Amino acid sequence: MSLLSLRNVTAFYGPSQALFDVSFSLDEGQVLALLGRNGMGKSTTVKVICRLLGNPDGKVTFDGRDLTALPSFRAARLGIGLVPEGRRCFTNLTVHENLIAAARPGDWTFETVAQLFPALAERRDQSAASLSGGEQQMLAIGRALMTNPRLLILDEATEGLAPVIRQQIWAAIARLKRDTGMAILVIDKSLSELAAVADRAVILEKGRSVWAGDFGDLTADLTDRYLGV
Amino acid sequence: MIRETTLNAALLVLLLAVPLAALILDELFIITLATRAVIFAIAGIGLNLALGFGGLVSLGHAAFFGIGGYAMGILAYHAQTYTPLIEWHFVIDGTKSMPVIWLTATIASAIAALGIGALSLRTSGVYFIMITLAFGQMFYFFTISWPAYGGEDGLSIYVRNGFAGFNTMDPITFFAICYAMLLAVLWLVARLVRSSFGLALGAARQNEDRIQAVGQRPFTLYLAAFTISGAITGLAGALFADLNRFVSPTMFSWQTSGEIMVFVILGGVGRVYGPVAGAAMFILLEHVLGGLSEFWHIYLGAILLGIVLFARGGLIGLLAGREVADD
Repeated sequence: MSLLSLRNVTAFYGPSQALFDVSFSLDEGQVLALLGRNGMGKSTTVKVICRLLGNPDGKVTFDGRDLTALPSFRAARLGIGLVPEGRRCFTNLTVHENLIAAARPGDWTFETVAQLFPALAERRDQSAASLSGGEQQMLAIGRALMTNPRLLILDEATEGLAPVIRQQIWAAIARLKRDTGMAILVIDKSLSELAAVADRAVILEKGRSVWAGDFGDLTADLTDRYLGV
Repeated sequence: MIRETTLNAALLVLLLAVPLAALILDELFIITLATRAVIFAIAGIGLNLALGFGGLVSLGHAAFFGIGGYAMGILAYHAQTYTPLIEWHFVIDGTKSMPVIWLTATIASAIAALGIGALSLRTSGVYFIMITLAFGQMFYFFTISWPAYGGEDGLSIYVRNGFAGFNTMDPITFFAICYAMLLAVLWLVARLVRSSFGLALGAARQNEDRIQAVGQRPFTLYLAAFTISGAITGLAGALFADLNRFVSPTMFSWQTSGEIMVFVILGGVGRVYGPVAGAAMFILLEHVLGGLSEFWHIYLGAILLGIVLFARGGLIGLLAGREVADD
């Protein structure tokens, strides 16, 4: 049984339909890349999974449980950790406080997060508002890990970051895959970086899932047609 | 700028030094004023937990202050008149024991806060303010029309309640008891706001969606904060009633809610020691300005306006700077 499964999911922003029969699944320990150009429904799909967007039609299950009727905090408690687009740390809290505020019982603690991102340990008592973009991104990932998720969702985790910071984030994702067996859903535009970690890929085009398969099976024709790469 | 911890320590020392100096100078009235400041500080700390840390603008905290006061008044009244509080299949008598009264006041206020919070927190913004105000006024009018305990005239308690062999009628002893309670409440709230609960509460205040995404339910956080907040304010109410040896419906009035809010705003919203500074400042202004004019509230209003416009961190923020990132 898949850890995460979406079957014929449709979603709306008011009267505007954003998703049309989106279907895909993700197994435990897999890394799935959700691909598509801007405005194709990737972040909307994430919002549907995390229950941050109304009541979608279709079926979304996590570990066999129907998510569609749950409030977002319950979805998070089931084990879905979200690193939202734009980082969105709690700027009124310090680094340590951001992590403790999200803490749930499990293996991930401040110390283990600090091992993954040593920069956070150095900035422990610094306000999140005063961190660089890269450090805020590390903090956002750390905060999601503190919920001890079984599925980590990274929405544009490396967007707008300096190359050296991007490398650190990708190295951390690779380490998470290797060491934890956590399922990861990544939204990112960098195919070369994704190729190093992703097992599977789903392409969204105008709110529809138009292709799903092994990441290695992505052809130049597909990326050219749907991603404009 | 002075470090906030240094300022907080200085504030506590000053609050202790003033009544001790007054004792030496035999100015017992000053000790009573300091005791009032300490009790008001406890009430403000209670409100600050909801208002400053949870962003819940409650205009009904007089309800909990009054419940604490009436818990003291009712228990002491039955003890002094030797009439049972409850006589059914069993008998419950009144009491003059402060710890029992504090516990009763705290539990009663917490239960009331839980109920009021559970209903009020389904709304937000101006609706939340109005609902909490309405609950406070409901209690106010209920006590006015409750003749068993004095109705509009209130209830007098002839002798202050007792505490473990201390002479609580001695002003400095009663001050010491209240001061110890203030320290206990400060310790509790300081621990609370730095716990994962307190941090999640602060995070919920900033962004509810974001805190839900990490598995925290804002409603539960707010309700817990509101309940603890009400319990602390209820404790202050019991102490205040004991100080005056009198309870009346005024304790429930919206003016009382407003005054408690003034302590918080004057001292610094969202700062643990803010209400201590605010309550001390309020008492000082009341004493000094009240001597100058019957309409001293006008001057207080002007000062409050100045604080809100030019020192949003209150007195603590003015002296210690903006250690709190978002207040």
